[in-house]
Amino acid sequence: MSAARDAWRLPATALAEAVRSGGLAVEAAVESGWAGPAAQWEADVRAVVHRDDSARAAGAAAARRLPAEAPLRGVPVLVKDNLCTTDFPTTCASRVLAGYRPPYDATVIRRLRAAGAVVVGKGNMDEFAMGSSTEFSCYGPTRNPFDLERVPGGSSGGPAAAVAYGLCPLALGSDTGGSVRQPAAFCGVFGLKPTYGRLSRYGLVAFGSSLDQVGIFARHAGDAAAAYAALAGPDPCDATTRLSPVPDVARWEHGVQGLRFGWPANLWREGVEREVVAGLEAAAAALERAGATRVPFDFLPGEYAVATYYLVATAEASSNLARFDGVRYGFRHEDSPDVRALYTRTRSQGFGPEVQRRILLGTYALSAGYYDAYYLTAQRARTRIRREYQAAFARCDLMMMPAAPTLAFRLGEKLEDPLAMYLSDIFTIGANLAGIPGLTVPMGLAAADGRPALPRAVQLLGPDDAEPVLLAAGRALEVRGEVARLEARHETEVAWPTKR
Amino acid sequence: MAYEAVIGLECHIQLNTRSKMFCGCPAEFGAAANSNVCPVCLGLPGALPVTNRAAVDAAVRLGLALGSAIRGESVFARKHYFYPDMPKNYQITQYDRPLCEGGALPVRLGETRRGFDLIRVHAEEDTGKSFHPERHGDRQVSRVDFNRAGVPLLELVTQPDFREPAECAAFLTTLRRLVRWLGISDGDMEKGQLRCDANVSIRPPGQPAFGTKTELKNLNSIKGVEKGLAAEIARQTRVVTGGGTIEQATLLYDADHDKLAIMRTKEHAHDYRYFPEPDLPLLRVDQAWVAAARADLPELPWDRAARFVARYGLPDYDAGLLCDQRELADYYEAVAARTDGKLASNWVMTEVLRVLKERGWSLADCSARVPAARLADLLERVLARALPGPLAKQVFAWMVDEPGDVDALLARHAVSVRSSDADLIPLVQAALDEHPGPVAQYLAGKTATLGFLVGQVMKKSGGQAVPQAVKELLEAELKKRASAG
Repeated sequence: MSAARDAWRLPATALAEAVRSGGLAVEAAVESGWAGPAAQWEADVRAVVHRDDSARAAGAAAARRLPAEAPLRGVPVLVKDNLCTTDFPTTCASRVLAGYRPPYDATVIRRLRAAGAVVVGKGNMDEFAMGSSTEFSCYGPTRNPFDLERVPGGSSGGPAAAVAYGLCPLALGSDTGGSVRQPAAFCGVFGLKPTYGRLSRYGLVAFGSSLDQVGIFARHAGDAAAAYAALAGPDPCDATTRLSPVPDVARWEHGVQGLRFGWPANLWREGVEREVVAGLEAAAAALERAGATRVPFDFLPGEYAVATYYLVATAEASSNLARFDGVRYGFRHEDSPDVRALYTRTRSQGFGPEVQRRILLGTYALSAGYYDAYYLTAQRARTRIRREYQAAFARCDLMMMPAAPTLAFRLGEKLEDPLAMYLSDIFTIGANLAGIPGLTVPMGLAAADGRPALPRAVQLLGPDDAEPVLLAAGRALEVRGEVARLEARHETEVAWPTKR
Repeated sequence: MAYEAVIGLECHIQLNTRSKMFCGCPAEFGAAANSNVCPVCLGLPGALPVTNRAAVDAAVRLGLALGSAIRGESVFARKHYFYPDMPKNYQITQYDRPLCEGGALPVRLGETRRGFDLIRVHAEEDTGKSFHPERHGDRQVSRVDFNRAGVPLLELVTQPDFREPAECAAFLTTLRRLVRWLGISDGDMEKGQLRCDANVSIRPPGQPAFGTKTELKNLNSIKGVEKGLAAEIARQTRVVTGGGTIEQATLLYDADHDKLAIMRTKEHAHDYRYFPEPDLPLLRVDQAWVAAARADLPELPWDRAARFVARYGLPDYDAGLLCDQRELADYYEAVAARTDGKLASNWVMTEVLRVLKERGWSLADCSARVPAARLADLLERVLARALPGPLAKQVFAWMVDEPGDVDALLARHAVSVRSSDADLIPLVQAALDEHPGPVAQYLAGKTATLGFLVGQVMKKSGGQAVPQAVKELLEAELKKRASAG
């Protein structure tokens, strides 16, 4: 097999090194997933919603002109469809933005390009990042590459699935309540949600502004660290970015000797699938073997976290999505006698059911007479939740917990039950409410009779700016644990799951 | 029965900062439609606001000038309503924690001065501008220009302290002068740089409780404010005296037809769903910032006018007029520093303002040609009786168009000032010889004829003689003739 043909298996850092050393052309690196054997899986998985061969080629040509030191030169990256790109449409998987092409690149996109990475397409998602399964997309669902009957998680399901099956070694998503960490768990890849304010939100189409954070998907902890190093840092265009020095993720290699990890086992005493708990046990054992110490304690991250989250997120969303009215860009209902009708018809037809549900909830929470009872109460609860996390981190360097209570669930399973869908976010929303970083680490496959083996994973949470610690622990688990990887399946000639 | 009106004003002041409130686009007026726009002020998906410090500084300066308390931490908030010229369908403004609170604006009302209390002053963004509807083929279309979207505004809200429309007009005139004085806005109501909405209610005199108020919008000139308020007070009075009750409503005033139209009633009142803007951190204005703004604050117009009265002995009215514009007050004071203050005031208020008016100049246009020192030099000659008044005015007119000092101008125009006895005595003699009648009357004790004789000499001098000198020579010569006769 030629180097180019096998390049899709390489970690991003190794791919960039191959380009730097001259072993691989920039174009070959960019095309590694698209031209390689992985690409055949896209037809079933449907992770990509906007692809454009000439835009990809133009991106590769631009990367070739960069100096050889560019750390991610030639690395292909799929980005979620809610990050603004000048060379691909940006539609948030919503009809209301049909055909919309932004006149500017998001700051993280500019930084990706400056680092030599190439945007190779836009990843599928739940409309406006509202969902946990990537089923609420105007382009139809993305399927889990390990079992096409199951969801990849969401809302960043497309980028997660693409990294899992090998289209690209890195992808960007966004995480408002777990939209990076949960699909990473369902697809068996690393998923990093940085500390709020570490990655610029400029050009990320807002869902819940105080919760949103751009996140990174990778098959290797080292790739997540490299991407973080390239993207993190203050942005004059985003007043909520942190101004303090970016934590040095080069420390991710330093191991976990002496690290104390919190073990709030009360959280998974009930309502969590057996395979998920088994993943946690395996991860804890692996960290202990690597020199870390388990610190068991009970943790109640605010009994009202889900209620708090859905009040804050929907309130902000109802405001952020007010601009999609058909007046200036995107979809417009053409047959409206006056401007009121234009608004109503455009928004009723442009937004899908889940988005409309959340706009209504948020509008209600902010309405006169309800604001104090809902929005203000939620803000107070949020402050308390953040304090509870801070108190927990006084006792440990990081906390381990599930990324989701279940393994990847079946397509359609929760579609008709919004509350069940909301409750599946219970382990991830805390980090967004508290603004702290979180990392999903894949922990092998859970085999079972009657279905293909599915990825299982753990979530690590740390205090503000704990990204180096999280990545160090992720690296230890990558080495010591058993990382679920489709490449391995491919190498052992395991048949790709077929549609049933 | 006469009713008392209770009026509160909400004023919007468009700032003259170079860039917009939350992005780097030029805030200038008059560019081609939709040319001063970017993702931020167009509210494109993913764009985020970044606060313009210069606009916040302008708000701090105005707050300090008005004696408001400046909050160390204030909060931007989103105010929601759908309108096509509002790109995000919410406006970034301030709500329950504004930058400036309290304070008052001192306003001259005839002979008295009164402070009108303020509730708050805060910074916010302007909307775009709608043009509608226009025919476009077989359709009616509206168009929107977003150049104005995001231009910084200050909102100033008064207590309901006004009882008469004239008080509101005086308040706005004073506010306009202040924002120009501070250099934060051009304050031109016709250009929308100063806008005013008013809340109005009426009540029987002596009743402490307020009546139901209405909001009056579209008051886009100071005269319009006065007329619009008068119309609304009359309307409310008619309703109440007719046995009706006032309904809470928002009304538009059409100044051209002096008509009021109801825009919306209480049932259709907006719920703006304010909440703190999550894209912006707390607005922090620390003590150092406030101290620097305070140190940078000019002497305020009312303080300066009082000082002009005390120091230069000017009447209140003259001092107030000179302090109408900061540049004018500066110019006046530069002249006054070099010569007599009262004379300087007379000249600035008449000759200088006349030139500005006739030529449509700004003060800077005029002072570039006639700097304060040049005018003071001229006035010193007048004071020393070395130049007759009409000639001095002629010299000033030459100064406006030509270079050179007073002597050079006189030489260039071949004018010699006949102020020496040798120049004037022949003219005096001739005048006396030609008018024996008046001379005889004078000598008979009717000294009022002296004025006629002065005029005759002035005429002979071609206006170049100084009347006081002529008068003295005439008296001396007449005395001589009396004793000779």
